[in-house]
Amino acid sequence: MLLRHTPTEITERTALTINPAKTCQPIGAMYAALGIHGCLPHSHGSQGCCAYHRSALTRHYKEPISASTSSFTEGASVFGGQANMLQAINNIFTVYNPEVIAIHTTCLSETIGDDLPQIKKKAAAEGKIPEGRYVISASTPSYAGSHVTGFSNMVKSMAGMAEPTGKKNGKVNIIPGWVEPADMEEIKRITGVIGVKTILFPDTSGVLNGPLSGEYKMFPEGGTTVAELKSTGDSKGTLALGEWCSADAARELDTKCKVPCSVLDMPFGLMATDRFIDALRTIAGVNIPDEILNERGQLVDMISDMHQYLYGKKVALVGDPDQLIAMTEFLVSMDMKPIHIVTGTPGKKFEKRIKEITKDMGCKVNVKAKGDMFLLHQWIKNEPVDLIIGNTYCKYIARDEDIPYVRWGFPILDRQGHQYFPTVGYKGGLRLLEKITGVLLDRKDRDDSESKFELVL
Amino acid sequence: MRKVAIYGKGGIGKSTTTQNTVAGLVELGRNVMVVGCDPKADSTRLLLGGLAQKSVLDTLREEGEDVELDDIRKKGYGGTWCVESGGPEPGVGCAGRGIITSINMLESLGAYEESEGLDYAFYDVLGDVVCGGFAMPIRDGKAEEIYIVVSGEMMAMYAANNISKGIMKFAQSGSVRLGGLICNSRAVDNEEEMISEFAKKLGTQMIYFVPRDNDVQRAEINRKTVLEWNPEVKQADAYRGLAKAIDENKMFVIPKPLEIEELEKLLMDYGLMN
Repeated sequence: MLLRHTPTEITERTALTINPAKTCQPIGAMYAALGIHGCLPHSHGSQGCCAYHRSALTRHYKEPISASTSSFTEGASVFGGQANMLQAINNIFTVYNPEVIAIHTTCLSETIGDDLPQIKKKAAAEGKIPEGRYVISASTPSYAGSHVTGFSNMVKSMAGMAEPTGKKNGKVNIIPGWVEPADMEEIKRITGVIGVKTILFPDTSGVLNGPLSGEYKMFPEGGTTVAELKSTGDSKGTLALGEWCSADAARELDTKCKVPCSVLDMPFGLMATDRFIDALRTIAGVNIPDEILNERGQLVDMISDMHQYLYGKKVALVGDPDQLIAMTEFLVSMDMKPIHIVTGTPGKKFEKRIKEITKDMGCKVNVKAKGDMFLLHQWIKNEPVDLIIGNTYCKYIARDEDIPYVRWGFPILDRQGHQYFPTVGYKGGLRLLEKITGVLLDRKDRDDSESKFELVL
Repeated sequence: MRKVAIYGKGGIGKSTTTQNTVAGLVELGRNVMVVGCDPKADSTRLLLGGLAQKSVLDTLREEGEDVELDDIRKKGYGGTWCVESGGPEPGVGCAGRGIITSINMLESLGAYEESEGLDYAFYDVLGDVVCGGFAMPIRDGKAEEIYIVVSGEMMAMYAANNISKGIMKFAQSGSVRLGGLICNSRAVDNEEEMISEFAKKLGTQMIYFVPRDNDVQRAEINRKTVLEWNPEVKQADAYRGLAKAIDENKMFVIPKPLEIEELEKLLMDYGLMN
């Protein structure tokens, strides 16, 4: 009982977060930057920040994460980080020669007021950025928002690389949001099957789920290329998946380059995938290919086959807003009851959206943006659930309360597969359902009396 | 919209000058927003008739990040929008960060959108450009013209020279320019001539000489700008003149800060003239 001190009684807390359901902005910025081909993320701050953010990503993706740092000292904190940044840009292009340096700030450099756009211009004016190489930057103070905000800010900076030529490229920009490399790969497969030419950014497939070939590559094959990013300004439209992760970048392209955008939910589960597929179909002006219809049919089949085990099951969810919105809708559509939902990311819109999705469920729903795992645990103590879906930090609650548990979201530190098997789309829905029914039926097999114990379920 | 930032040594009269000038601009039919960037949150006192404003940072602290525009701005004299960024109490926290946060917040809430129909946004900034936070209003895309309030006193000129250094740094990579020095007279010997010369050496102009007049203090006691308190007095015309000069100003330069010896010499030359 590692969490035995968590009291059942819920008291109002305003100034204290216990077991946060979020992490630092730069982790998101770094992940997004790795979705650019040949990009070196750069942390503008002290070394400790960079070390932590790299290891946080490595622990989840099980890949080496290369990133550089401005290595602030006491002096840099007093005199500003411009000198360090200029030196860093020079060193990085000389030693590692990436195509892009993606700089994000840290709490320290934000607080002392370092102005990255100004430093970038100075570096360019001093000839420190070689021809054909790029430096982009995002402001990512961790005392505002969450890792999701940092991700979104860096993706917005990527959108800032667009250079419209005036000649349309016939493609559609897809901004997938913070999903696994495998999910990005799956989105590319789906758009390929439907026949839509796309630019997907960021794209970490092939970067953070690459093969072990025996040869180290600092910049793996995958990632959205600079040419593609420049071309996003010539696309005929943008599909942004997830309001929190992707909408800002899509709107940037809309305002700056007049590329119209629509913001959809992330395509997790049946209905959100339906809307995504429908949007692609409309853009491509085609009928939905049989291959996709078949996958949808398989998901519907499994939902109906397993409905007896899913019906009425109460679920506690923790994660990031875009993922939770789609997951909540998926669970509700299968007659499950997501009753406790927490995200660490702020935004009252989240609570509103969840309440809307769950309004016909016929029971009270606890939902909190800017909440924490401690509150989730207290809710569970007050009203127990049959299933927890969330990141690895949920394992403490699942163990103490003896509740079946599916790992999903970021970070997953103690199981494998998330980088390789998608959970987006209909195929991904099947995988989610496989996991959910797996843990529910394992529990049934464990707890059923000898007379109820069945061979066939 | 023109975005203007007012800098100058602490206590030189930035807030008083800004608000009185804004009142003058209002008379010219301009729509103005004043953003006070001082932790004391007293930059809009005369326009609002007292310290009636809840600051951006207080609102942020009490209500979290879901703040709405109408929570943090208030209509003042002549329909001016008044915003106080506020900040920590003396001796704690980070006032500079407060300015960064509140200006970012105003931008994301759309206070500068074209639909707001503003002709001017004024940033009234505390004292010197002491750290990165206090330079926020002159970052690229923020204020594009700076006026420095100065008097013929040594320390005020020294501060103005320092502020010019800050502007020069940001002007090299951005669009910020110095619009001129506003001389807020302290009745120092040969003040007008000295500041004119100082401005010329910086590569700019003394855009206006505001004479010293106790009517300013009388209006302040009544929590009003001079133009509101008594539009007939001579000092009201001085502020009208300053407002007009700013409204018609076309001279925007990258300043050339002086070496300290040069500055001292200037003082000696003019101070010892009599």
